[in-house]
Amino acid sequence: MFNYFIRRLLAAVPTLLLISFVIFLVVDLAPGSPMSEIPLTVPPDVRQKMIEAMGADKPMLVRYVIWLLQFFVVETGWAIQNLTGWGVIDAITPAMQKVMRLLLNSETYEFTGQRIISWQSKVPVFQIIGERLPQTLTVVGTAYLIGVLIALPIGIYSAYRQYSWFDQGGTFFSMVGYSVPTFFTGNVLILIFAIRLGWFPTIYDTNLSVTDWASFKAFVRQMALPVTVLALFNAAEISRYTRSSVLENLGQDYVRTARAKGMGEGKVVLAHVLRNSLIPVVTIVALGVPTIFGGAIVTEQIFKINGIGAALIGAINVSDLPTVQTVTFIFAVLIVLFNLIADILYGILDPRIRYD
Amino acid sequence: MVAACVLGFLIVFVLVGPLIWRIDPNFIEPDTAKMFKLRNKPPSLAHPMGTDQLGRDMLARMMFGGRVSLAVGLVAMFVAIFIGTAVGVMAGFFRRLDGILMRLTDLFLALPLLPLLLVLMMLFRDPVARTLGPRFGTFLLIVLAIGVTSWMSASRVVRGEVLALKEREYVLAARSIGLPNRRIILRHILPNVLSPVLVAATLGIAGAIITESVLSFLGLGFPPDFPTWGRLLYDGIAEIRSYPERVIWPGLAISLTVLSVNYIGDGLRDALDPRIRGR
Repeated sequence: MFNYFIRRLLAAVPTLLLISFVIFLVVDLAPGSPMSEIPLTVPPDVRQKMIEAMGADKPMLVRYVIWLLQFFVVETGWAIQNLTGWGVIDAITPAMQKVMRLLLNSETYEFTGQRIISWQSKVPVFQIIGERLPQTLTVVGTAYLIGVLIALPIGIYSAYRQYSWFDQGGTFFSMVGYSVPTFFTGNVLILIFAIRLGWFPTIYDTNLSVTDWASFKAFVRQMALPVTVLALFNAAEISRYTRSSVLENLGQDYVRTARAKGMGEGKVVLAHVLRNSLIPVVTIVALGVPTIFGGAIVTEQIFKINGIGAALIGAINVSDLPTVQTVTFIFAVLIVLFNLIADILYGILDPRIRYD
Repeated sequence: MVAACVLGFLIVFVLVGPLIWRIDPNFIEPDTAKMFKLRNKPPSLAHPMGTDQLGRDMLARMMFGGRVSLAVGLVAMFVAIFIGTAVGVMAGFFRRLDGILMRLTDLFLALPLLPLLLVLMMLFRDPVARTLGPRFGTFLLIVLAIGVTSWMSASRVVRGEVLALKEREYVLAARSIGLPNRRIILRHILPNVLSPVLVAATLGIAGAIITESVLSFLGLGFPPDFPTWGRLLYDGIAEIRSYPERVIWPGLAISLTVLSVNYIGDGLRDALDPRIRGR
């Protein structure tokens, strides 16, 4: 198991490198890059300086390597330095400069240990991400949790009473939840509950901090709509998987054995069937985590939540390439990471799976 | 069956509708005073769904938008299925290509698709629109982008089927009479993978329509004079307080289309794959 884990971890490195290269290439090969959008009235020497300041004058591969170094080494160094207070950055900068000089075959190249800077706001991209991530995590995390909690009972009961009215209703509900796009459900909910009834605010207030009962109530009220939208969407998918997984297990021999020895129905379903049918569901839940971050881009746009998806859209609208590259790559890292987690979980939970 | 009826009705609505309801969806009254009077009209006999903030007829726009939405779904699905089937057959049939093609599929599955689509739209929309015209250029870009990012599930299914089919006796027979690989694939393999491809294609249409409307909803889709249902919804959100029906109609149309297409896909899967019948 441990060997397998190490092997998968090592295999993830080339995948991530390839993905980061693809993202870099897409952004770089685009004909409409912001470098061409400097006004013509800017004198040539100033233009040259602007391009140099953005680091856009070097060949593509060099910029890619610099970006990789910044993402993996400099940013990690800063994270450690901020956490522990050690002077990590000063210690590793000369080594990185040596690497860059070797790669470029030049003795004069200066690598200053610069972090990835957003072109739009001139602050490090990771600082922006650090500010935005809590909002996304609160909304998305709560929604996913509630979604799973709704989906499991529905899936189990509709499998147990297959073809009953509950099952038909549940299947229809999951089909609707799966098909109706979140930007439509979100806006309908806003229309009904925020505009017509006025129960909830339409806009998510990021500055709100929970200090007492009143602010907690306001917090719950502003969370209600986005969480409902995302939770319904997630529940739809997970409940279908739960249902088919439970159905598969209900036909197994061990269920008949358990019933034959006189075990109560509740114990058969909840103790025997459930434990076995949750194995694929757990992996589906793990695999779904990165997707809901993607889905949160839309939800954040509907409810004006100032999260990481909104940061991405904002950066895209002003062609802030470093932010776009970094945030997109973080999404890719999430996908690879949760694929790995899903595989490992499957191996731990299901003793029939042997990886080595 | 209900799903097929609903989808049929929607298709008739967008295809035949404009032949009966002959109002140009982009017609703006040239006389400014008259145009102002025509703005934001509630539903009436002259305009059954009312008019928008520029006095354009909403019913005509809905029909036109539906045409574009469905066209995007269909063409993007064809692109995705073409790539997916090609990759799947190659990977399943030629063992030498299997490893590299499946790695490629895995790589695409690990890409963050929605952010990448947004980046593609942001970077390529204006240049492509300049060279090919804003309507055709955007259409081509969206269709290709969605197609290139959604072929993976089809290729996996096809590969699995081809791996099994390859060992069948009739393929062996075909090979033993000296049929070249190309003929074996075209005559014997492809017709037999048709049913999973059909299911993947149906579900692919639904996915493509949703993706297109998400792009339009985020403001990175079609231009306003070439509306899709997603774009109409996006335009309607600004005035959801005063004119909620402008959000409801396009949203309802998207939802019904996707829902019925998904139901048809599910039905097809049950009908074509006897192993999972009765689940």
